[in-house]
Order: sequence, then C-alpha cells, then structure tokens
Amino acid sequence: MSKIHVSTSINGDAVEYLCDPSETLLDVLRNRVGLTGAKEGCGSGDCGACSVELDGRLVCSCLVLAAEAEGKEVSTVEGMADGEKLHVLQQKILDHAALQCGVCTPGILVAAKALLEKNPDPTETEVRYWLAGNLCRCTGYDKIIRAVMDAAAEMRGA
Amino acid sequence: MVTEYKEGSVGAELGQREFKVVGTRPPRPDGVDKVTGRALFGADLTAPGMLHATILRSPHAHAKIVSIDTSAALAMDGVKAVVTSDDFVKQGGSGNQDTLDNCMARGKVFYDGHAVVAVAATSVMVANAALKLIKVEYEILPHETDVDAAMLDSAPVLHAGRKFRNIPEGNNANVSGFWEFGHGDIDEGFAKADIIVERSFKTAATHQGYIEPHATLATMGPDGRGEIWVSTQGHYMVRDLSAAFVGMETSQLRVTAAEIGGGFGGKTTVYLEPVALALSKKSGRPVKMVMTREEVFRASGPTTSSSTDVKIGMTKDGRITAGQAKPRYQGGAYPNITAMLGAMTAFASYDLEAVQTQAWNVLTNRPKQAAYRAPGAPMAIYTVESVIDELCQKLDLDPIEVRLMNAAKKGTLSSYGPTFDEIGLVATLEAAKAHPHYAAPLGPNQGRGVSCGFWFNFAGNTSVSMGINEDGTVSVIEGNPDIGGSRASISMMAAEELGIPFDKVRTIVGDTNSIGFNDVTDGSRVTFSVGLATIKAARAAIQNMCGRAAQVWGIDADAVDWVDGAAVPTGHNAGEFPPMTLAEIAADSAKTGGPIAGHHEVNADGAGVSFGVHLVDVEVDPETGFTEIKRYTVFQDAGKAIHPDYVEGQMQGGAVQGIGWALNEEYIYGEDGKLQNAGFLDYRIPVASDLPMIDAVILEIPNPGHPYGVRGVGETGIVPPLAAVANGVSHAAGVRMSELPMSPPRILAAIDGAK
Amino acid sequence: MRFESPDTIEQAVELLNTCDGISRLLAGGTDVLVQLRLALVEPDLIVDIKNIAGMRNITAEDGGFRIGAAVSGAEMGEHEGLVALWPGVVEAMELVGSTQVQGRATLAGNLCNASPAADSVPAMVVANAVARIVGPNGTRDCPVIDIPVGPSKTSLAKGEVITSIYLPARPDNSGDAYLRFIPRTEMDIAVSSAGVNLTIDSAGVVTQAQVSLGAVAPTVLVVDDAAKAIIGTKLDDDAISALQAACSAACNPIDDKRGTVEFRTKTAGVMAKRAALIAYSRAGGSK
Repeated sequence: MSKIHVSTSINGDAVEYLCDPSETLLDVLRNRVGLTGAKEGCGSGDCGACSVELDGRLVCSCLVLAAEAEGKEVSTVEGMADGEKLHVLQQKILDHAALQCGVCTPGILVAAKALLEKNPDPTETEVRYWLAGNLCRCTGYDKIIRAVMDAAAEMRGA
Repeated sequence: MVTEYKEGSVGAELGQREFKVVGTRPPRPDGVDKVTGRALFGADLTAPGMLHATILRSPHAHAKIVSIDTSAALAMDGVKAVVTSDDFVKQGGSGNQDTLDNCMARGKVFYDGHAVVAVAATSVMVANAALKLIKVEYEILPHETDVDAAMLDSAPVLHAGRKFRNIPEGNNANVSGFWEFGHGDIDEGFAKADIIVERSFKTAATHQGYIEPHATLATMGPDGRGEIWVSTQGHYMVRDLSAAFVGMETSQLRVTAAEIGGGFGGKTTVYLEPVALALSKKSGRPVKMVMTREEVFRASGPTTSSSTDVKIGMTKDGRITAGQAKPRYQGGAYPNITAMLGAMTAFASYDLEAVQTQAWNVLTNRPKQAAYRAPGAPMAIYTVESVIDELCQKLDLDPIEVRLMNAAKKGTLSSYGPTFDEIGLVATLEAAKAHPHYAAPLGPNQGRGVSCGFWFNFAGNTSVSMGINEDGTVSVIEGNPDIGGSRASISMMAAEELGIPFDKVRTIVGDTNSIGFNDVTDGSRVTFSVGLATIKAARAAIQNMCGRAAQVWGIDADAVDWVDGAAVPTGHNAGEFPPMTLAEIAADSAKTGGPIAGHHEVNADGAGVSFGVHLVDVEVDPETGFTEIKRYTVFQDAGKAIHPDYVEGQMQGGAVQGIGWALNEEYIYGEDGKLQNAGFLDYRIPVASDLPMIDAVILEIPNPGHPYGVRGVGETGIVPPLAAVANGVSHAAGVRMSELPMSPPRILAAIDGAK
Repeated sequence: MRFESPDTIEQAVELLNTCDGISRLLAGGTDVLVQLRLALVEPDLIVDIKNIAGMRNITAEDGGFRIGAAVSGAEMGEHEGLVALWPGVVEAMELVGSTQVQGRATLAGNLCNASPAADSVPAMVVANAVARIVGPNGTRDCPVIDIPVGPSKTSLAKGEVITSIYLPARPDNSGDAYLRFIPRTEMDIAVSSAGVNLTIDSAGVVTQAQVSLGAVAPTVLVVDDAAKAIIGTKLDDDAISALQAACSAACNPIDDKRGTVEFRTKTAGVMAKRAALIAYSRAGGSK
C-alpha cells in the first residue's frame, strides 16, 4: 500500500508526513506527529475529544482524512498556550476547576476557542449548544460553562 | 451560584477545628498538563518496537466454541503473536476465573462482544486484517438478556453449578445469588398502615460512559519481568490479576497508572491488560491495546439492569409503618453481588420499625457487569423513593416533611444491619426544605421531584509514603489513581497536617513497586483512606522532626510539639527555643540522623456513610414526551470538604449521570441478543445543551472516623437523580412512571395511556 | 485504498467511472469516515472533490442560490443572503451533528447519504431544490426529491457527481421551517421530522404550501393532503389540526431503537404543526 506525502502546517510549524490513505488526521497527529493532546473517544464524531481547527474551522480530527490536510493549517490544543503563558481559556478551566479526569478537556478548549473567535459574547445557551458535541462525563458541564463564560468576559475586557 | 451551607452545631470538636489549607480551592497539580495536552492517558504512550493488538469478538449472544483456527492469521505478514484462552493459567478462585474467562472466552461465549482471540501485529490495520482470517466454529445456543425472563424455568441455562449463596427453592440455575436483609415484623407493619402502595419497576442497564476507552501498553521480556502502563482505577489490582493470569510472580510485574480518562467503577477490573501481557510474552515485544468505542460498549462492564417489586405502608400523617423491596438484578453471564448492595441500600435512608429486602442475582447473556458509581443503590433507591413520592401524593403530604419524619439519624438501626453513628440526612433534608428552589413557583407542564440517596462509602487497604526534602518541600507517594482531583486533596491534607503551604507539597501516584499495596480507587474511598494514611504518615514525619529538634536543643523528644509547621518546646519548662521550621529541620537532616520520611499503611475502617437530597424541576412536552431539566439542586453531606470545588464537581457529575440514566441511557438488545446501540450516537449520555447549571450545596457533618471528618463524596450523587427526575416527570406528566429510562416514547405512551 | 483529490470535475467523473471496485466521494466526510471506521465499507477509491473549482462557493443565481457540493453547514449558516431566503433549509442543515460536524458536513453529502432521517432533505424538498449532476454523459439537473430512492440508495448512476444544489427564488411573503424530534437537545438522529414551505397573501391567507416528513418512511414523504389542509386558511386551529392529522396518516415508519411506529407517527404530525406555525410567522403572518 503506497503512502501519501502530505505537507501541512500544525500550530504554525511546517510539518510533513507520510500517511496511509485511510488514516485520519487524528491518527497522524497522535501516532506520526507525536501530538497526543487530541484524544480518540469514539472515532465517529460523537464525542468531540479529537477537536482541532482546520483552516480556522472547528472539526473532529477523527472525521478528517490525514491526506486532506495537504496545504492546510491545523491547530491543536498544544498550540493554545504562548510559551509559558496559558491561553485565557486554559487558565479559566483551571481557575474554575472545570475538569476532573481531563480527557475531554483538550477538545473542550479547542472548541471553546473557536466559539469565542466567532462570538466573543455568547449567552449560556449559546455556549451549551456550541459545546454539545463535546461530551464530558465527569463534570455535568456546570463548571465548564462557567469557565468559558468567564474567559469570554475577560477576553472582551482585555 | 454555588452556595455553601455549613452546619456549625454538629460534630463537636471535629467541626470546630480551624483549617488553614483544607477547605480552600487551590489549582490542581495536574491541571496545567491537562489543559495543554501534555498529560499522558492510557493510549498516549508508545514504546520502541511496539506492536498493536486487536481482538476478535463473538458475534453471538450465546454459543459453544467448537474450534478456533488461527493458522492463516499467524501466517500473515506482520502478525507476531496470537492468544486464546489456552494461553492463560487456570485460576483457583471462581471470581478470578470469571474475570479471566471474561477477558478471553473459554469454551463458550456468553454475550455479543465476548473476546475470543487476540492478535498482535505491526499495526492495527494488519491486526484487524488478521482477525478476518481466523476461523471460529460456533454451536449457537439459545440466549436470554432480560432479567425476569432469565428466571423462568424455560430460560436457557448459562452455567450449571454457579449458585454461590443459599438460593431458595423454586429458582432456576441462572439465579446465582440471593440475599435478605431487614428487621421487625413486616406483616404487623403493613397492618398498621392507613395506606399501602405496591408497584413494580424496571431500570435499564447503563454504561459508565467514560470518554477514554480502555487502553494499555504491556511489555514482558524473556527474563520473565513485565511492565504495564494502563488507564485503570487500580494498578495493584491490574498487577495481581495480570500476573496471576499469565503465571508470573507479582513482584516481577510493575504496573504504572496512566492519567485516567474517567472510570466511575468501570475501570476496576481487567479486560485488555492480561491479554496484552500474554501477547508481549509470546512476541517478545511491547504490545499496545486500545478499545474502540464500540468495544467499550459491547465488552466492558455496564451496570446491572433491574426489575423490582416494592411495597410500602404509611399512616395518614406520613409515618412509614413497613417497607419491603424485592430487587432482581442481572449483571451478565458471571455472578456478582450488586443485587445485594441494592437490597442493603433500598431503605437505608429511613428509620423503620419493619423492613424487609430480598435480592436475586440472575445470569444472562450480557457483558459482565462492572461497578458503576454506588453500584446497586441508584436503581433500588429509585424504586423506594418513587413509592414514597406516590404515597405523599395520595396523602397530600409534603415530600420533604415525610422524609424528615422518617429519616435515619444517629442511633437508627439501619435497614441493612448496623446502627448509624453521626449522619447528615436530617441536616441535608432541612437544607433542601429551606432552599429557595423548594419554594420556587412551577410553570405549566412542570413538576418538582425530590429524592434522598445513600451510599456506604468504602475504606480499605492503603499505603502512603512521604519524603521531607532538604529544601523544605514534601514529596508524597500514594497508590490510588487520581480520577477526580485526589492529588490535590492529598497534598492539601499533607500540607495541613505538616503546617506548610499547599504549593510546598507534590503528590504523585506511585507505581506498584513504589509503596505498599493499595485497594482499587473505588467506593469513594480515596479522599477518606488515602487522606487518613497521609495524615498519619505526616504525623510519623512530624514525630521524627520533633525528635530532630529535641536533639539539636538537647531536650527530651516528648518536650517538643509541632505547631504551624515548626517544632516548638512544649512549654517554658522544656526550655526557651525559637520555633524550628520544617525547612530548617530538613536542611540539617543529614547532620541530625539522615533523611526524614513518614509512611503509613492501614486497612482503614470508619469510612462514614453519606446521604444526599436532590431537587429537580422538569418540564414535559405533552405532545412529544420530551423532558427538559429546568432546575437542579444537590444537597450532600461531605463530612468535611477538603477541596470544595472537587466536592461540588462530584455532586454535579453524579447528578448528571443520574439524569442520563433517568431519561435516555439504556442498553438496547435485539431479538438476536446483539447490542444495538454500541456508540455515543444512540447510547445517549447528556450533552451540555440538555442541562441547566447544577447547584451544589455542601453540608459538613463530620465523620468521626476521620481525623478531619471526611466522608467519601464520589458516589452518593448518582443515587437520588433517578427517583428525583422520575417523581418530577410523574408530576409534570400527570402519570406515575415506573420504568427507566423515561425516554420520550415511553413518556408519551404513558400520557396517552392515562387519557 | 486509493485517495485522489482531482482539480476538475471531469477528472473526478473519470476516476469514479473507471473504478472497478467500491468508490466513495469525499466532501465533508462526516458519513464516509464513520463508515470507514466502523468497517461498514472498505472502498478501493476515495475521491475528494473539495479542490474542484466552485465546489466551495455559494453563488446568487436567478434570485436563488447555488450551493456548491463541498460547502459546509457552517458556511451556509454564515451566508446572510441564503439564511434570509431559505431559513428553513439552513436551519435543517445546521441541525446535522455537532458544531464540529457542521464545519465539514454538506448539503449534497446529507442528500447522497440517503438516510431516511437526513435533516436537510425534507427542507430541501419543500423548497423545490434541484441538484446539478455531472456524469460521464454530461450535466443534468434533477429535483432533490428524486435523488434518494431508499435507505442508503440514490438514483445517481455510476460516475455521477452532484456538484451543487440550487435553491430557487421565491415569492414575497414566503416562509419555510424545519423541525425534528430527537430525545436529547443535540447530537441525535431525527426520530421524526417535518419541513414546511408556504406563501401567504396580504390578508395572511396561505396561497401555496408544501409539507414533507422525514424518518417516517424509506424516503422523504411529500404530504399533499397536509398542504391542502392549510392552503386557503390563516392557519387557524382547524387547519392546523387537519395538517397534523394528514401528516400522521401519511406516515409509514418502522419500529427501531430510535422510536416506535406509534411515537414516530404521532410526533411527525406535531413537528409538522409546529413547523407550519414557524413558516407562517416567517412569511409575515401573524396569529
């Protein structure tokens, strides 16, 4: 089976990889590029743990073929912090204790970041519907929603 | 907003202690790793030369394995090893043998998804291709997945000779367990009642639904030594079972707990770990195994489904005269004791003169059940709390007043035997009654539900070790995987006891070679037991440090106290010396006798039971049967909330899992005995837009069994929601619901049926 | 498996037409990748059409809009003109999956997946949407309703590709709406659904209407009796009841893990009733 050569950008870095035609972007991020922040919770787009941005658009990386990333820009949770400085959303998730096991957290962060880029002042209902594709089984979502709302307020003020 | 309610009058001196660290809300030590993607979960580790293994699973609900031919798979390029049940060591005890047989079917497959053969290959793709070349000949047997049907004489028998309790006459071979609890004269109790309600209830099997599928990486060399990296609630358990199943000595297997992406009881046993180890043993290479979501649903343990008859008698003014519950649980093809826990917990909230519970465990062709947050209690308490609500409705009594009138308290002979010590049910009910939620008006098609909940809480075998570092910091090693922030709470208790700031302590979860044995992270035991061992380990270190100070000061060790993180003379008679801080003592430790450490090993007791009360407002769409949760408030006794954020988190998370159980989650089997909804699309756990904020009100009625008064808080929160939501829906829809989940078709059918 | 990402539609058609084995077209991929993952299909060829010119565009045409086959639901929702003209179609598309799925899933893909429960199809059908198809024999236009012929089956011939969906111009005082029933608030497949498109006159009387139902038959149902029940009315209670009854009478659903025959039949009528009221309001009608 011949592999496909892909040139792409991941978190601003030029990256090249060889992938099988059937491999997903998630497979490649985790197994070939060494970025294990995105998680596979279902492999069918139902849990959101693998959320990344592809050319600025929020997607499930399990529903993207690795070959499709050619010439695109991929952003993952690993690219959110600026060196030692956490993104406001990362800080607010910590401040609000908005994680327990933490396995859904990378997906929640990437999704919430995409929301606030599009809508800096979301209502609670808008946050809840935007994040409906990010399953969390630990928290009941309460503290996550509060953290995202608080981050939005701080980012608007900044 | 989350509000805190502190009950100052209860608990005497325990309630009076002024804490400096405990009760604050510092950021969790693993937090930055988890928000940056650095944290390593089960599937995140790789090893050089690693193989990937996948499993061939039974397509049948019940069948005899006539033959397995793996030759073509083994001959395939890239395939390095194949294992079947023949590659594992037969176990002495039936419990361990069941666990092994569940990991790899022996002779028979008992459910759709039961593992039959595992293949290790150079990639997942190659391994999956190899599975297709394996020929398994099955002799298909009749199957049964329903608990009541499996008890009929006509039901197919799964195992002969697996009855492990005194089973009354008249039960078939699928009934593997029977238990009975209670006290008082039940007939006399019912005779005193002004009104009796009898109802039958059913609850569906639900899955823990952790977002991280089971994952492990095992390696074993020709020297017979092994290593396992795994997402588990108990790496000592993984070590003991995996070593036994492949026939190695425990000391030769080291298991390291990965960050765990949720467990809720579902990761308290082994599935992949012994298989990966056996494959590594055969291939001589590291082997990684990760379940797909479909495998998680088909082959890892859901909870039991249940069918229960309940009968409760009450006087006109609301006093319960007698209570009887007969839960029948199925938890798959192997015996388990979840039904017993159901029978024990059903009436635990009440102070009753006459109570009787009888429970049956029934074998069916479903996956081997695993613990799920307060196993057995939610479905049993759901039935009792539903009937109490119906009695209140019929007698036009306030549901909280009636519960207060009958509430268990200190000195109550519990329905399962022991007499309660200091408990928080009355305080919890009073808090609910006084809360604005309880008085808030309801709109059209809305209903309010109330339910109590109870869980025992476990304690158990625990080891903790801590080193006092020369720079005045402290390194703590505990042996329980952190599933909800326990490294934070353990660090807080160490800091509290030592009298130093939280950020001077780092707690890690050690591997199985680091410290003594630890029971699994279950039964809400960690904050209690590991906390207790941490406090005692700190006290051992303090004693040592006091000795060092005494040595420096030239006074008797007994004349030194530990106050606010420093050694001080006990009084003027002991001598006049300025306090010697932990950092000062540690800095000079090499000169005063060497390293300073503390450790504690204990089979802990005194966990302290926990009660909760939930209030929920629901709105039911009368045209579709859709239920919306409008408002939800949790009241729970935490004993002492070490880190209130994580206590609230447990209460909120438990409530939402219970809401899912009440409304939409269920294992759906077809006539063919196959699971029809093995994915998050059709196994519907609550999503963010389904829910309102979950208000959490923490009560603190100290547990006399813990130095700081801690009670476990992890499980109680899932117990009340089933009945709270059911009672709310029953009021909103105007018809009493008696089957979970209350999915829209079921609610609409009930509404239409009541017309 | 081979992955191809051609630059022209002709190349795509050629690839598909000359593939001897199983081929799959990839636009948003939200159905194809799930099928791959669950090993429901093992294609020999995947043809990604996103690099073909025009596939990702929404263009105004004769008072309506032509939506390229690779335009995502999120892009539709961000297009003000499209949302203003056909709000029901856009809202139907936006109900498909999560925000993440919205970033990828397409109208044409939702149509070609040929699920009886596809959300966008009942809305497209009442909008008289037309699919443009390019194949080995050239280009043709086909009403959307004629594309699905059964669960997972379409009328497309080998080598044929839907390149765009056309949503036509509509008279003033028109409104459309789509509603579905799901057990949760998000992330579910429709258990029953309804699309309604209508036009009213200056007095608020419905002058023309179309009503469709999803998830209650092997393909989308167009319920003429339901449309007739509201034409000539101001959606008074009797008209609404008649519409609801006509919809329930038209249902021919199955019992499955997602819903019973009774439940689907009943809720399909409820969805149609509620969708009609929304469409009426969008048309400018007031009740």
